[in-house]
Order: sequence, then C-alpha cells, then structure tokens
Amino acid sequence: MAVATRREAAVETTASWRPLDRLALVACWSAGMLLCAIAAAIVIFMGYKGLQFLRPHLLWERPLADSDQSRSGGFLDPLIGTVALTALGTLIALPLGVATAVWLTEFGRPAPLARAVESGVEVIAGTPDIVLAIFGLVLFQQSFFGFLSFTAEGNAVFGRSFLTAGCMMALVALPFVVGGTREALQSIPRHVREASYALGKTKAATIRRVLLPASRPGIATGTVLGMGRIVGDTAIVVILLGATLQLQRVDGPPLIGDLRGTGSTLTSYVYNNSPAGEGNAPEKAYAAAFVLLVVVIGLNLVAGRIGSGRSAWKT
Amino acid sequence: MIGGMVVFVFAKAWPSFSHNGLHWFGPPAHGGSVDDQLAGIFNSPADPRRYEYTIGAWPLIWGTLLTTAGAVALGLTLALLSSIFIVEFAPPPVRRVMQPVIRLLAAVPSVVYGLIGILVLVPFVGNHLISQQRKESVVYVVQLSGSSLLVAVAILTVMIVPIMVAIMSDALRSVPRAWTEGSAALGVNRWRTVWTISVRAARPALIAATVLATARALGEAIMLSMVSGSTGFAPNPLDGLTFFLEPTRPLAATIVDNAEGLSVKPFGQTIYAFAAVLLVSTFLLSLAGWAAKQPLKRYGIAG
Amino acid sequence: MEDVIPPVRRIVVGEPPTVVPANGTTPARTALTVRRRSRPPGAERMRIESLGVAYAGKPAVRDVSLTVHAGEVLALIGPSGCGKTTLLRCLNRLAELTPTATRAGRLTLDGDDVDALEVTQLRRRVSMVFQQPNPFPMSVFDNVAYALREQAARRPRRRDLAEPVEDALRRAGLWDEIHDDLDRPALRLSGGQQQRLCIARALAAKPDVLLLDEPCSALDPRSTAVIEELIVQLASELAVVIVTHNLQQAHRIADRVAFMYLGELVELGPVEQVFGAPRAARTRDYVSGAFG
Repeated sequence: MAVATRREAAVETTASWRPLDRLALVACWSAGMLLCAIAAAIVIFMGYKGLQFLRPHLLWERPLADSDQSRSGGFLDPLIGTVALTALGTLIALPLGVATAVWLTEFGRPAPLARAVESGVEVIAGTPDIVLAIFGLVLFQQSFFGFLSFTAEGNAVFGRSFLTAGCMMALVALPFVVGGTREALQSIPRHVREASYALGKTKAATIRRVLLPASRPGIATGTVLGMGRIVGDTAIVVILLGATLQLQRVDGPPLIGDLRGTGSTLTSYVYNNSPAGEGNAPEKAYAAAFVLLVVVIGLNLVAGRIGSGRSAWKT
Repeated sequence: MIGGMVVFVFAKAWPSFSHNGLHWFGPPAHGGSVDDQLAGIFNSPADPRRYEYTIGAWPLIWGTLLTTAGAVALGLTLALLSSIFIVEFAPPPVRRVMQPVIRLLAAVPSVVYGLIGILVLVPFVGNHLISQQRKESVVYVVQLSGSSLLVAVAILTVMIVPIMVAIMSDALRSVPRAWTEGSAALGVNRWRTVWTISVRAARPALIAATVLATARALGEAIMLSMVSGSTGFAPNPLDGLTFFLEPTRPLAATIVDNAEGLSVKPFGQTIYAFAAVLLVSTFLLSLAGWAAKQPLKRYGIAG
Repeated sequence: MEDVIPPVRRIVVGEPPTVVPANGTTPARTALTVRRRSRPPGAERMRIESLGVAYAGKPAVRDVSLTVHAGEVLALIGPSGCGKTTLLRCLNRLAELTPTATRAGRLTLDGDDVDALEVTQLRRRVSMVFQQPNPFPMSVFDNVAYALREQAARRPRRRDLAEPVEDALRRAGLWDEIHDDLDRPALRLSGGQQQRLCIARALAAKPDVLLLDEPCSALDPRSTAVIEELIVQLASELAVVIVTHNLQQAHRIADRVAFMYLGELVELGPVEQVFGAPRAARTRDYVSGAFG
C-alpha cells in the first residue's frame, strides 16, 4: 500500500539560477521591503509628531490672526472648511455621477456620445488638480458666475468661494462615483433586469427600484473614495478658496453667505503653516496634517470595508 | 466641457505666447532669472499697451522635465520590481501586508508628503549631504539649501509608485496560466518566466500605468512647491554631483507659488500659459500611450 | 497479426444496453485504422514506484507503479477524474505548482531520483504538451527558440538558433507550412498548427521523455490525424507518455496501455492485451464502453 512518508510539495530552489537571476530576486525583495519601510516610516513619523503636537483645544478653537501663529488659536475653521467643502463636492458629484453612470450602462445611445462621455470622464480623472483649479478660476471669474462668489468694485468677480471650489471638487470626485456605480451596475446579472421587465416594470422604475438599491455598496465605495480625494486635495483649495485663515462671510443670507465666502481647509492650513507658506508654526502644521492623515486613511478603510461586502450577486 | 476648458485656458494664455513667440521656451534673455522676469511682469505698469510679457520659461520646463523623468524612471523600476515581488515571490503573509501598504501610500495627501519633505528631508539634505564648501562654490549663482532636485524626485517617486503597482500587479496576475505553466514545463525558472513571459504579456498595462504615473508627476504641484525650492533655476548636469542638490521649480509648482498674482493681467496670462503647456503635455501623453499599445496587438497581447 | 477491433456496445431503445463482439469481417483498411505492429520496449527511462498524490488530503493517485521506456508510446486511459493527468504532471513535477498537493512515492529518471534533480533540469529532459495549445505571444521562431535561449549560458545569436529551430519544426511536421515566414505571430496559426508548434517547442530542447496531456481533444479530426502520425514517429526517438480519453486514439497509437480507475492502476500491458483480452473485469467494461 501507500508508502508512509507524505511530503509537502517541494518548492523550486534557487541553487541553479544564474547569478543575474538571483540578483533580480534580491532586487524584487528589496523593492517590496522598501515600500513597506517607507509606509511604516510615514505612519510612525506622522503619528509621533502628530500626537506630540495635537492638543484637543486645537480642534475647536478658531484660528486667530496673530503674527505669532505658534501660540494662537486652533484650526476649527479649517476643519469646518474641509467638512463643508467635502460635503459640497460630494453633494454635487453624487447625483451627477450616478446619473451619468446609469445613462452609460443602461442607455448609452447614441454610441459616439457615450464614448465621448466616457473619454470625458477619463480625461477629468487624469487632469492634474491645478489645471482643474485654474480652469475653475477662469470660468468662475466670468461675470455670469458672480452669484457664486462675490463681486468687488469695478465688476471684477472674485471667483473664489466655497461654491466655486465645491464645483471643482465635484469634478475631482466624479470619476470615482461614476466608476463605482458603473462597476456595481455592470455586475448585476442580466436576468435580474429581465425578470423585472417580465413583471411589467418600466425601465425607469427598474432602475429606481431594483438596480440602484442593489448597487448601493458600489456607489458608496466610489463616493467615499471620491471624498477621500477631495479631503486630500490642496491645489484647488489654495487657488479657489482664497487664503483667508478664517471663514469669511459675504453679505446675504447666513448659509449662502458663508458658502459664497472664502476660507481655508485643513490642507491649505497645513500648506500655509509650513515653511513653504508664510507660516512659522510647524507644530500646528504637524497637528493638522495628522488629523488630515487620519481622516483620509479612515475614509479609505471605510471604502475598503464597504467594497468587500459587495458580493451580493455572486452566484 | 473638456473642450471648453482647453479653449478657455488657451485664450487666456495666448497673449503671453504671442508676444514671446518661440522664445517663450527659451532661457531667460541676458542670463537673467525667470523669477526676475516674473517679477517684472507682475510689476508692469497698468497701461495695457505697455505690459511686460517677456519671459523665457526654459528653466521651468527643464525643471519639470527633470523631476518628471527622474521620478518616472525610478518609479517604474521600483513599481515593476515590487509588483513582481507581490505577485510571484512574496510569501502569503507578506502579500497580505503589501496590499494595505500600497493603499496607504496612495492615500496620503500631497501636502503631507510635502510637509514631511520640507520639514525632514530638506534639512537633512541641506545639513548633512551638502558640505559647506559646496555651498560656497556656487553661492554666487544660487543658494543650496537642501530644497533640491534630489528630494523632489525622491518624494515624487514615492507618490507615483502606488498607482503603478496597483495596475501592474493586476496585469501580472491576469497573465493566462497556460503561458506561465507552459514556460515552467520547459524548464525555465520562476524569475525568467516572469520576466520573459508575464512582463511581456502585461506590457499594455505597464505602459498605461507609466502614462498615468507621468501625468500625475507632471501635475503634482503642492508637494513640489514645498520641496523643490522656490527659485526658477535650471539645474545643470555639468555640475556633477551638485546637480542633484540644486533647487528647481517645475511648472506646476510655479503656478501654485504665484497663484496670488492671477488677477494681474499680464502676469495672469503668463500663468495661464504655464497651465496651457501642462494641459497640452498631459494630452500628448495620453496619445503617446495609445500609440505605444498598437504594435503590441500584433503578437496577441490584448490591448 | 490480425487487427484487433474493440467490441461494440449495442443500444436498443427500451432494453438495457448489451455488449456484442464486433463482426468477424475486417473493416475497410484506411490509413487511420491500420495499426502498426507494437514495438518491444526500449531502454527504461523513468520508473514510478508506489506513487501517491493527494490534493488537500483527498487522494487522486494511489500507489501506482509503472515504467516508461524509450522507443514506445505509453497511453494512460481511464474515465474523467481517475488521476491520469495528475500522474502525468508528477512526471515533470508540474503537480507541485498546485499548493495543496502532496506526493508520496519515488520517481526516477534514468536512475536519478527526480526530487534530487534540480526541477528546471528535470523539466528540460521531460517536456510537456498541454491540452489547449498555448503558444507564447511571440513569433513562431521565438516560441521554438525560447527554451534554447533560456538554457544557453550566454545569449545565442539568431544564426546559431536557426538550425535547431528548423530541426524541431521539421520533426514536428510544421516546417513545410511555415518556413517562409517564421516571424509571424504564433497566435495567428490554426489550432492544429499551434499544437504542432507546441510540440516543436517541446522538442527543441531535445528532451528524453515527451508528455502529452490529451493533445488532440481541442482539435478537429484532420489535425488530430496529423498529430497522431507525428506521435508515432516521435516515439522511435523518445519515450512518449500520452493521456487520452479517446479509446480509439489509444488503440491507434499506443504500444503499452495503462488503465486507471479512481486513482489506482488497474491494468498495465501491451495494447493488444488490454483491448483484446483484458485481465481485469473493470478494464473489460471500460474498454467496451460500458462506462466512462
């Protein structure tokens, strides 16, 4: 009968490899380990510095216009700025993105238009954020868009406000939402749609009642990823939000006034407080950067968690 | 909408181009510096007929080329080797760790990279890597403070590697097993199999990844403006080792640094000209990527 | 010796199927039904002793022992899942690529234990052709030259490779059809040509043993005939082991046949014996089409 010894499958040894091949193996290992080391270093360093400098009061004190930044105020305003901007951008991107994705997957006629839209989304995804920022500035400085920011004397539209920045942020998040929605919609098997039509539902109703709810995890993943990108984006903020430390309001009804005004976000706050900006408060910069990092990583984790529960349709 | 964007930026940028002609791409006239020129434009008198437009943007372009090319070259090697590592050689526990590592590196915002760069790497380079005599040897031209090409390329590489790794490892994983088994059955060791078969089969994805990474590198403004120095200086390869330690300021960073002046007419238009150049190059990149994929379809590597 | 024709299974609707010996009349002789005389086995190349293979604990091959000789074709037959492919893949240690596989027993090539050899060396002497043709995404020339390039100590020039490539393509019967353009992409060839290309590729390194895993199952009858002819010719130079679920094919080209069932080697012997006068009842049932 069978011999008693059972061995594990032997793995190929490298004894017979040419020296160049062995060098390549070492190189591959080094590359992988290097990346791990860098990631670890970033996390550890930022954690260390962040915890060193982060005091709770920073989170709810408003920044003061003090020439000695290192002892004054916190970053409540930038924090609010980040939240507001992200909310704004997401609010615009979500319906727009879902609608576009639905149109692309469920309708998609005429075909050239669909291809154009697809390429358009890809182009937006590939555009660097400053180009988007500059374009936004150019666009929103037209007098037509005066209602979005405020108009100074001499009819020069300022062009910088939460609203304008929010619009461009929506563009940043758009590709993610579209991508996530499309993937989710495409993974729903055909027979679900056919079953719905067979029951007499119209296409619109099918989309609304059947497909979209089923795509929710995918849409959520895309949205959260987009939010992560918005939170981390600095160029658009610096150019389109003005560089005011505190939220500046523009006359008008309270909320709209705020949105038409300028402010800053965590990202521009970090930028301004580092030696590159005019700030000389690296401690605050570290603290803010730490918060920023935590938020972004948190968002990505959430996106990953939603994404992995997405196998509702796996047969 | 995209068309509108392009048209807009170009319209605003046109005066700058038209005034300078091809000199726009050349070095600043009379050995001046780009910064001086920019300042001159900024301060130009309010009368539209006497706007200053002269600028030779070569130092900025050269800086952009250097940082981008350096980062892409380094990043490509690092990413390719890491992807091969992840797909082929990493033991399962290590493989499970690598995935979050890559996602983490991709998620870090540019400011944070810039912050670490400017508060840690730049002083390190400035104090430890550049000796006093080196500084003195070039002080008549430029200040060597640690804000340098070296740091810029290093951090930029780390920023673009995650994108490339994600795409490349996906592509390497989807090489048909028939090919990898066939190669193994012929007595070819694992590394050679990966290198000759999988890498070849994954080439369209490698190209796509590189194009994407290059676009990202070109457009990276924030981190670079924090780290690469604020002078529009063109590092000179003939300077030997000092080459890596000279400051520079790529196009995108220039836009950010000078963003406040956008409302001043000629200045703004000059900035838009920079943006226009960026736009065009990003577009050309996509074209190049598409063109590079075509010949590969002949040998059955899916596009 | 008279042609041995396998018994046929008669199916009548409404009654259980019966096995009936074929008519005594000899069928019309066509190229495909004429069998050449089976040869006596040559030198022993590989020896398998008490081989057992399990995937994640579930046995796929149990205690199989047989030998592989040069100059003959050994066919492994049996119903799906009987372990013949697993056995084949053990011969060139390809079964190790599956992480959950464990193996017991001893395999030797020309007397050397297969585990003691460097696996890449082993695979150069024992080549394999797969069920689905899998030419690499390169030109025909590069495909055939692949193994040669990888095995050479330094990169050989194209001139040096031209002759071995031509030789391999001739032995595979492909030279006449494609010698005019060796740089065409391999994936543009037809299925039968691709499979012959894979055979040429396997032959290029001059192996001692050639393993074929159902090489014709994805091909049309004409290509199949060409490749069967090819296998018979190749057997005069190498040892050939072929896995097939096509009984007629085994009957046509094999010299010795091993019948496996549920991982066990049920019967091993010359083809005339296994088909004509099987010793085990199960062999008789399988060969006569009662199951499988």
